[in-house]
Amino acid sequence: MNWRRICIAMLAVMLVGIGGPGAVVYAEEGKAATNTLLPVIPTGQGDACVEETGFMRRNHMELLKHQRDDTVLDGVRDEQYSLKECLDCHAVYGPDANPVTFTDPSHFCRSCHDYAAVSIDCFQCHASRPESGALPADHQFSGAFPGTSKVNGSE
Amino acid sequence: MSSKTKDKKMTGTPGFDPARRSFLAAMATVAGVTLAPGVVLYGISKSSPANAAATSDVRWGMLIDLGRCDNGCDDCVSACAKENGLRGFGRPDTDAQWIRKVDIKDPETGYSKSLPVMCQHCEKPPCVDVCPTGASFKRADGIVLVNKHTCIGCRYCMMACPYKARSFVHETLEDQKPHAPRGKGTVESCTLCVHRIDSDRQPACVEACSDSGGGAMLFGDLNDPDSEISKRVATYASQQIRADLGLNPGIRYRNL
Repeated sequence: MNWRRICIAMLAVMLVGIGGPGAVVYAEEGKAATNTLLPVIPTGQGDACVEETGFMRRNHMELLKHQRDDTVLDGVRDEQYSLKECLDCHAVYGPDANPVTFTDPSHFCRSCHDYAAVSIDCFQCHASRPESGALPADHQFSGAFPGTSKVNGSE
Repeated sequence: MSSKTKDKKMTGTPGFDPARRSFLAAMATVAGVTLAPGVVLYGISKSSPANAAATSDVRWGMLIDLGRCDNGCDDCVSACAKENGLRGFGRPDTDAQWIRKVDIKDPETGYSKSLPVMCQHCEKPPCVDVCPTGASFKRADGIVLVNKHTCIGCRYCMMACPYKARSFVHETLEDQKPHAPRGKGTVESCTLCVHRIDSDRQPACVEACSDSGGGAMLFGDLNDPDSEISKRVATYASQQIRADLGLNPGIRYRNL
């Protein structure tokens, strides 16, 4: 009986050791830069996203899919949940002061999708960066990471 | 073009938050009690033209007056390429062509003419008939499009189209225009600049033709008897290419 208890205790210790750090999926703001194992999520433009952050993390694909069918089939061009609108606010600017494309690991979509190992096909057809436009002040390249623009907590 | 926004149906707010949905439903119900239902829906959807769904009250069409179209001019072709981000890969056989100038010649008389040909936006499009996935479709307002989300690249529609209007993308593309997504493995064709039409603007080719002083292309609503295009097709003789096929294309030609 003692052996059994010891085994269970050891197992519990091992599980805590494995699950502890891995349980935190998203870095708290300000901690991302110090822990490179977690996804480094670039900040978006403006005060808030179109929906609450937690909702967007879980449901952005549903919003995009719904909007895509409305737009393609019926010509409803609400910008709020469009991929174009996502990219306009969440553009990441590279060292050349131009928005990076999906080929760059620092691209907003890639920052999470690489981490979660979920491959997306959107950018086989869709532009992965805004067409043009002035460089917003909070999207200037900070040089914090090689090939990466300013990210959460990088200052 | 204002007729597009004249009569709209409720398109709904694309949201998945159940609370939001029920709130909107409640709003509609409350308003519906006090007002006529039609008025309520109109009131909500009128907030923005971009909000409006395409309706079958409109049939977009184009009248191309070849008497004003110069043989050597290809402003419409280059404007289309610029607007939709079309680039060549040095392979003229397979490079995308949404609009092209086709040279025709009467062997009897030697008379030759070059006419712009693009997707003719048929009322009964054969490309839609043959599509196995429903990706090739006709929008309510008569614009024939490819839904690239469901296109499997089989190219049946390219075979079916009597106007050779469709192209297949053979190369991996980068930096497409945000308003004109296009990618390898899908079929594409003239969209009548649907992104412009949805914001009450003219197709790029029509704009370019008018800017260059040609003014050969006239775009408008064939369903609206008061539109310029309806008046002109009612007044002057116009032709459809391969009218014998009975597809009733939305693109018409004068002086062909």
